[in-house]
Amino acid sequence: MSGRYTVSREDWSLHRKGEIDRQRHREKVKEAIKKNLADIVSEESIILSDGKKVIKVPIRSLDEFHFRFNHNKQQHGGQGDGESKVGDVLGSDSKKKAGKGPGQGQGAGEEPGVDYYEAEITIDELAEMIFEDLGLPNLKQKKKPELASESVEFRDVRKVGIQSNIDRKRTIFQALKRRAIEEGKQGLGKITREDLRFKTWEQVYKYESSAVVLAMMDTSGSMGPWEKYIARSFFFWMVRFLRTKYQNVKIVFLSHHVTAKETSEEEFFTKGASGGTRCSSVYELALKVIEERFNPEDYNIYGFHFSDGDNLSSDNEKCVRLVKDLLKVCNLIGYGEIEGPYYYSSTLKSAFKKIEEQNFTTVSIRDKSGVFPALKSFFNPDPLKTATGR
Amino acid sequence: MSINEKYELEKALEQITAIAKGYNLDFYDMYFEICPADILYTFGAYGMPTRFSHWSFGKAYHKMKTQYDYNLSRIYEMVINSDPCYAFLLEGNSLIQNKMVMAHVLAHCDFFKNNYYFQRTSRQMVESMSVAAQRIRQYEFAHGREKVESFLDSVISIQEHIDPYRDIGKNEPAIEKSESGGCCGGEGCGKGCGKDSCKDKGCEGGNCGHTHSEQESPYDDLWKLDHLGEGQESKDDTQKAKKFPKKPEKDLLLFIMEYGRDLEDWQRDIISIIREEMFYFWPQMQTKIMNEGWATYWHLRIMRDMDLTEEESLEFAKLHSGVIQSSKVRLNPYFLGLKLFEYIEKRWDEPGEEDRIKYGRPGGEGREKIFEIRELDNDISFLRNCLTEEFVEQEDIYLYKKVGYEWKIVEKDWQKVRDSLVASMVNSGFPYIVVQDGDYGKRGELYLHHAYEGAELDVYYLERTLPHVYKLWGRPVYLETVLDSKKVLFSYSGEKVSKKFV
Repeated sequence: MSGRYTVSREDWSLHRKGEIDRQRHREKVKEAIKKNLADIVSEESIILSDGKKVIKVPIRSLDEFHFRFNHNKQQHGGQGDGESKVGDVLGSDSKKKAGKGPGQGQGAGEEPGVDYYEAEITIDELAEMIFEDLGLPNLKQKKKPELASESVEFRDVRKVGIQSNIDRKRTIFQALKRRAIEEGKQGLGKITREDLRFKTWEQVYKYESSAVVLAMMDTSGSMGPWEKYIARSFFFWMVRFLRTKYQNVKIVFLSHHVTAKETSEEEFFTKGASGGTRCSSVYELALKVIEERFNPEDYNIYGFHFSDGDNLSSDNEKCVRLVKDLLKVCNLIGYGEIEGPYYYSSTLKSAFKKIEEQNFTTVSIRDKSGVFPALKSFFNPDPLKTATGR
Repeated sequence: MSINEKYELEKALEQITAIAKGYNLDFYDMYFEICPADILYTFGAYGMPTRFSHWSFGKAYHKMKTQYDYNLSRIYEMVINSDPCYAFLLEGNSLIQNKMVMAHVLAHCDFFKNNYYFQRTSRQMVESMSVAAQRIRQYEFAHGREKVESFLDSVISIQEHIDPYRDIGKNEPAIEKSESGGCCGGEGCGKGCGKDSCKDKGCEGGNCGHTHSEQESPYDDLWKLDHLGEGQESKDDTQKAKKFPKKPEKDLLLFIMEYGRDLEDWQRDIISIIREEMFYFWPQMQTKIMNEGWATYWHLRIMRDMDLTEEESLEFAKLHSGVIQSSKVRLNPYFLGLKLFEYIEKRWDEPGEEDRIKYGRPGGEGREKIFEIRELDNDISFLRNCLTEEFVEQEDIYLYKKVGYEWKIVEKDWQKVRDSLVASMVNSGFPYIVVQDGDYGKRGELYLHHAYEGAELDVYYLERTLPHVYKLWGRPVYLETVLDSKKVLFSYSGEKVSKKFV
């Protein structure tokens, strides 16, 4: 007879299936984000955030694709409160229109019933991915190394040691070798006490060279909101990058229009300015800062300058000369030119073509997705390999 | 769960079961299992506790769990179509919540056991899925996780394309073995038919000599089906090519599984697993409104018969109204189903004049009628047969559509509302796609055909699904559909999806 019943409660504490697949999904989200870093790096929501927020990144590649009807062109059923009329508006898509992401007008999360997947990720997680391959190029041992940290490193193998530190691979290898020599046989026999190998550690002191980074930004009138935004996104990630990866890096913020001045970090990122452009002013200031405070004997020095390239043409000659001076004392100078909507016949970049020094790098950024390649080419730890910009 | 709680639950269950049986609900033996939220949500995401592992379930689980964590939504139970019937209750449900849920679950089980569309479903699917999951796990060990996962991705992308009515007209081989196939029995075999027999009737444009044309009825168009595709036949005659498959094949999974040239055994096995699981889930998709409506109808009746304190009654009322909340932008199956069952019951209990005279309904047959419906119908026939003008107006059901940037109500005419709702449920709401040619251009390429009936496909999705089909088939794939009233052929041969108007 059916209709009997039982109530029970098992121990579910070891059931992990959902969590495991959730983890796998998370991995796939990360992969997808990595592939789209160039677009994500310069998202407004990140650059303009306080740096702590969890951000949302739309990921279309993890949609579960199948043949389906076009939701936007179909009729759907709904239920009113008894007073609905033909022509009543239930919702509107006008606020958030097409234009974001590769979906181009197809997806929109607020449509009734449509699922648009957005992954949540903390800025720290994102930073970790972005910084993975970045490093300060040409870092040299300087005279005054500063002690950074004390740590242990496993770098020796001995015949005695703690069981938990046993080096399995070497032990087995040793056993194979001994058997081959003693018995002339291949394959693994018994492992004797003689074969055992242990990993052993040593105390090491990690020295890190000191470095200083000069962040130079054009804040003249020709730098419109968009250009400033691009420059700031670059510096936003640069500052985060240097602070996470290096303990002894000092950052000096210099902004300029016709004249240059040193600013606080906050001012650098928030204050706007106007006026003409004379880039030589900032290079002069940089040289002065270096001379007064950072002896190249003691410091690795890097300079990064962002401008729209709309420099006073009479000033270009001087800029080239000053950059050459800077290159003598700096490990690397990076110049980023943000190409605005207008075309300038002679930009600073074209003047810089004369500079042939190896440690001078220029990039031009045309749109938001150019920020990530710029980061990659400026912070390429191994400049011999060509930067892998897109 | 404390002993006391368990005792309380069992006591309540005894009562509920007795009441349910008193109403002639007929269910399997029941296993109720109390489980914590993460477990219940896992089951919800997978559709079955023992199902195989895949990131898409992880995604669903994550979404559901997050909503639960933020207190946005909550599932109270999950019930499985199996014998004995497993039902999972959320740990932390209050006693009254559990009472309602148990009553609800009993009615679901009654539905699984008695509805016609579930008659062919396996009642041992818990075990089957568990075994299948193990096999997939082994394939992962043998062939690598990435490989198995990406294959699963592809199969899942076309998993809805099975033929749930495969048992009808069975035993016909997909390949025409000889020229003597007795095709074209007049049941809309259309293009697949190369025979001349129905051409000789000499009728044009559907206006043929059927004798029943004196009385016009809304079903006259059915007769045209007999002559569908006749225009094309003359063309086909000149080629007289062997068709492969003989008739357009609705079951893409089966077709690919059987004829995909480069598939390995483990891959065919995975296709067959997904396909079997889809057969199992299909009736649930087909009867969502009825099933939920039935369960809601009965939890309401059963709870009314229970001895509830004032406080409990209030809590129950809150819970119940949460379940049946209607929405402007979607039809709540719990609500719609409940209302429709109640409406039908009332119509048969107290028939109006027309019902009494024209259909000879004496009244008082309400309960009997809804039991009959729960046995014989699915959502399509349920709505098509029972949605009346009165009901559509009473419940204020309408159609809405995107006009410019706005979603607007566009239709309130009851017949159009009914027809559109029914149409949206055809093939469980998935596009009807068949294999038209499995040897397209004599190159072994796959030509799919979307049976367009007014609803266009989502091109963005289409262009990303076609590569999956290509991956399974191993040769170029085509899909013919209609966009803006023009025939379009999408194709993919490994690089880029291209589209051309034909």
